[in-house]
Amino acid sequence: MRMETINQSILTWILLVPLAGALLVALLPDRGKLSAWLALFTSLVSFGLTLHLPAHFIVGQPGFQFEINRPWIESPAIFYHVGVDGLSLWLVVLSGLLAPVGVLASWNAIKERRKVFYSLFLVQQTAMFGVFVSLDLMVYYGFWELSLVPMAILIVMYGRKEGTKAASKFFLFTFIPSAPLLVAILWLYARTGTFSFVELQMLLASGAIPAGPLFWIALAFLFAFAVKVPLFPLHGWLGDAISEAPVALSMVIAGKLGLYSMLRFHVGLFPAQVRAIAPLLVALTVIGILYGACLALVQRDFWKLIAFAMVSHFSLTTLGIYGLTLTGRDGAIYQMLNQGVMEGALFLLLGVLDTRYASSQIASYGGVAAKLPRTATFFVITTLAMIGLPMLNGFVGEFLILSSTFAGVSRGWAVTAAISVILGGAYMLWLVQRLFYGPESPMATAHTAADLRFQEWVALTPLVVLMFVMGIAPSIWTQAIENSVNMPVVKQTAGRTIVVTGIVREAGQ
Amino acid sequence: MNSADLYRILPEVILTLTGILLMLIDATLPAGWSRRPLGWIAALGSTVALWASLWQLNLGNGTGFFGTVETSAFTVFFHVLICGIVLVALLLALDTLPEDSHHQGEYYALIVFGAVGMCLLTSAIELLVVFIALEISSISTYVLAGYRKQTGQGPEAAIKYFLLGSFATAFLLYGIALIFGATGTTQIYDVARIVPATHNHALVITALVLMLVGILFKVSAAPFHVWTPDVYQGAPSPVVALLSTAPKAATFALLLRVVYEMLPALRTIWSPVLWAVAIGSMTIGNLAALRQENVKRMLAYSSIAHAGYLLAAFAGLGPEGIAAAAFYTAAYAAMNVGVFAVVTLISGYDEQAPLIRDFRGVLYRSPLLGILLIFFLISLIGIPFTGGFFGKFYSFSAAVSGGAISLAIIGMLNSGVASAYYLRLACATAQRPEDQGRQTPIAVPQIGIAVGAALLFTVGSTLWLGILPGKILGAAQTAAHTLQVPPTEAQGPAIALPSQPQR
Repeated sequence: MRMETINQSILTWILLVPLAGALLVALLPDRGKLSAWLALFTSLVSFGLTLHLPAHFIVGQPGFQFEINRPWIESPAIFYHVGVDGLSLWLVVLSGLLAPVGVLASWNAIKERRKVFYSLFLVQQTAMFGVFVSLDLMVYYGFWELSLVPMAILIVMYGRKEGTKAASKFFLFTFIPSAPLLVAILWLYARTGTFSFVELQMLLASGAIPAGPLFWIALAFLFAFAVKVPLFPLHGWLGDAISEAPVALSMVIAGKLGLYSMLRFHVGLFPAQVRAIAPLLVALTVIGILYGACLALVQRDFWKLIAFAMVSHFSLTTLGIYGLTLTGRDGAIYQMLNQGVMEGALFLLLGVLDTRYASSQIASYGGVAAKLPRTATFFVITTLAMIGLPMLNGFVGEFLILSSTFAGVSRGWAVTAAISVILGGAYMLWLVQRLFYGPESPMATAHTAADLRFQEWVALTPLVVLMFVMGIAPSIWTQAIENSVNMPVVKQTAGRTIVVTGIVREAGQ
Repeated sequence: MNSADLYRILPEVILTLTGILLMLIDATLPAGWSRRPLGWIAALGSTVALWASLWQLNLGNGTGFFGTVETSAFTVFFHVLICGIVLVALLLALDTLPEDSHHQGEYYALIVFGAVGMCLLTSAIELLVVFIALEISSISTYVLAGYRKQTGQGPEAAIKYFLLGSFATAFLLYGIALIFGATGTTQIYDVARIVPATHNHALVITALVLMLVGILFKVSAAPFHVWTPDVYQGAPSPVVALLSTAPKAATFALLLRVVYEMLPALRTIWSPVLWAVAIGSMTIGNLAALRQENVKRMLAYSSIAHAGYLLAAFAGLGPEGIAAAAFYTAAYAAMNVGVFAVVTLISGYDEQAPLIRDFRGVLYRSPLLGILLIFFLISLIGIPFTGGFFGKFYSFSAAVSGGAISLAIIGMLNSGVASAYYLRLACATAQRPEDQGRQTPIAVPQIGIAVGAALLFTVGSTLWLGILPGKILGAAQTAAHTLQVPPTEAQGPAIALPSQPQR
């Protein structure tokens, strides 16, 4: 009985705890490391709460779990409707995990105005949880927009050089496309009278709304999400934002939110329209994969290099989504989790280098491994995970996506996309070689830099452990992903398109 | 006149008495004594007036003084809003007006007298009373705009505002005269009943257009907006906090009354006009704001844009459009008073730091003011969980359900453009202050009790409107439903007889 009450309120707690922590940090004085300790405590508590979800998640149960659905605003009918399924379950946990990691990564990097930093960081946390669990389009939109604000402020405040420019670019790039998104949501509401994801999914699947305008509505959704991911050719903001954002925030600035939204609200709501536009998107993603990888090869600044590497990786994940195969979808979801873990570690390590040597120019490094042996070890492991070495997590997702593309979409695209695996290996290993090995550079000789500090080590260890576990035993995660994602699946049967709502198992295929 | 009539204008009576009391005390108080207690009296008076307006809900809908004033959920909504704005403006002035400034007593009295006019404007249902109310509120705001008369900009602002304002009210009066000519009455209910049957359509349309000119001037909608930036720049910031919200709220109430209650028959005429004005205001306001360096001028153009977003609600049909407009007025008032309050505190009464780049590093000098400024800017951008979001949301959803999707799309794109200049100020605020440059960094003032209360009030209402808008929206909807001509028993279908207006 008590478990029942916990299950019915856990998502509210997950949303409220970081917010309460933010308020507490804001109210208490800015003295020493007090704010940092409070933020660490809050983020650990909220991570603990997110762990409740997989522990009590019933695999295979249709629909959403831990659902809360209460009226919030009567007119228009907005409901506080939250819940998780196999798609959002692990993303919530991942966000929970990255919060304490982010706090630890900022432990020494953030030296002034700690109070503002940590309270905004925690608000950002609530916004991200909110995006993943909201099932009411207005509530979702609210959290989606809210997630921009702390990010933009923190980029301005803690930007390395051009914070203001990067933050404005980030904000405008992501805010302006969300204007058509809001109009689209309003239009859907004017037609159907509901913002509920579940009801809309059913209404749209039943064909109650004419397809003509729906094409534009779906496009508005896609546009907003594609900018946020970011997808080629809308990636203009990413490079600057990554170079400027504090490490704790660059871990979450791109990818997850947009990719999740694509799967849930674009593919999930408009299967027929998605089917129509998928070939174009597949082409764009393959271009993005190669474009990002090629540009990553020639970057001189390691933040920029990682930004383009991310464009390539996110494009690959998007390919999994818009290949419209079940395996590809599962691979994409798994790859989102992988990217969270790998990029978390990678940003932390690059942040270590940047704070120690105050430079992000790759050319000024060299031979650092001798001075920072532990950093180098962690970096190499992360790199190997990123380039998809078997037994590490990157391999599983990439393999699922590429093999499903090969089998289910187009061999040509799959082969072209697979070139990125080679390119990815090239730019990442070359980066490792230039940063850590070779002759010691004048800068490395001149600076005496400390190796990983205790809190950095504490933050990295779970991520690296996860890279191995997720690579060796992916079934722990994929079980929930494969069997509990609420997604309409479009099947072509004898020339007719049948849209099936709900959970579709891969049984008998 | 009996006591029932007096109850119908109770808030106005209370405010008038407060104003007279303030002037009397000010005149009798020895010259050297502090005038601050007068501010507290004025604040008390406006609080009482606020409660009195709420109490008026008990009276039920009805008219007084031979059908010249009305009390309804609609008037109460705007009364409470105006009294709230006036209260915050008074609290703000209490802590920011320099202690030694002359005529402090007058300042408080003028604000209170202005409030009388604004309140009366929302409840008047007789066009001549409307005109008188508008003049009462205008005259005190003209004086307040020029309150810093030792600077060059103060009198400039006042004279510009006065000349253009008088011109606009002349248009309004002309419109009223033509309405009288066409229908033989100036009572709004009667006009509404007569207009559908009148043969003199051209005259009514001309009257409508002339009245719209006068009204749109007051809400600073394009193309009647040119006075706004100069006046906002010249007037002291605490006055602008009032000037940019309370008279506009009152005038929007009048606009709602004129188009939805008095001339719903001419919807085909005024709807496209307001549609065009809405788009013009948003676009002109936002594009011009992008180029501003002065914070107050930027906020002036932003207020023009916001008038545009609000006018988008007029594309909505009947009660939905009215409710959206009323809600937007409240949300806009909360955040705009708030942003001017913070700007007043940061740049000071005599404005040592008028430019956007002067705001650099505010977040470092005073974290509280910095965060508050960013918060209000976020609300002005229209980020969810703030009042600004739901204001825009209701306004544009009224437009969408009224069939004006293109208006909603243009509006949303405009709010994207708008975010650029709000962001510039927000970024400046959050930036690390320069080490060199300004020799003496501007001292950030202490936040006193009065101004603290004002900030709490504005932040609280902005958040409340953004997180739990249900109650205020409910009030706006109730208000919207009372904004219609009450049916008369004697006249059923016989409304068509223009010669016999009855009440």
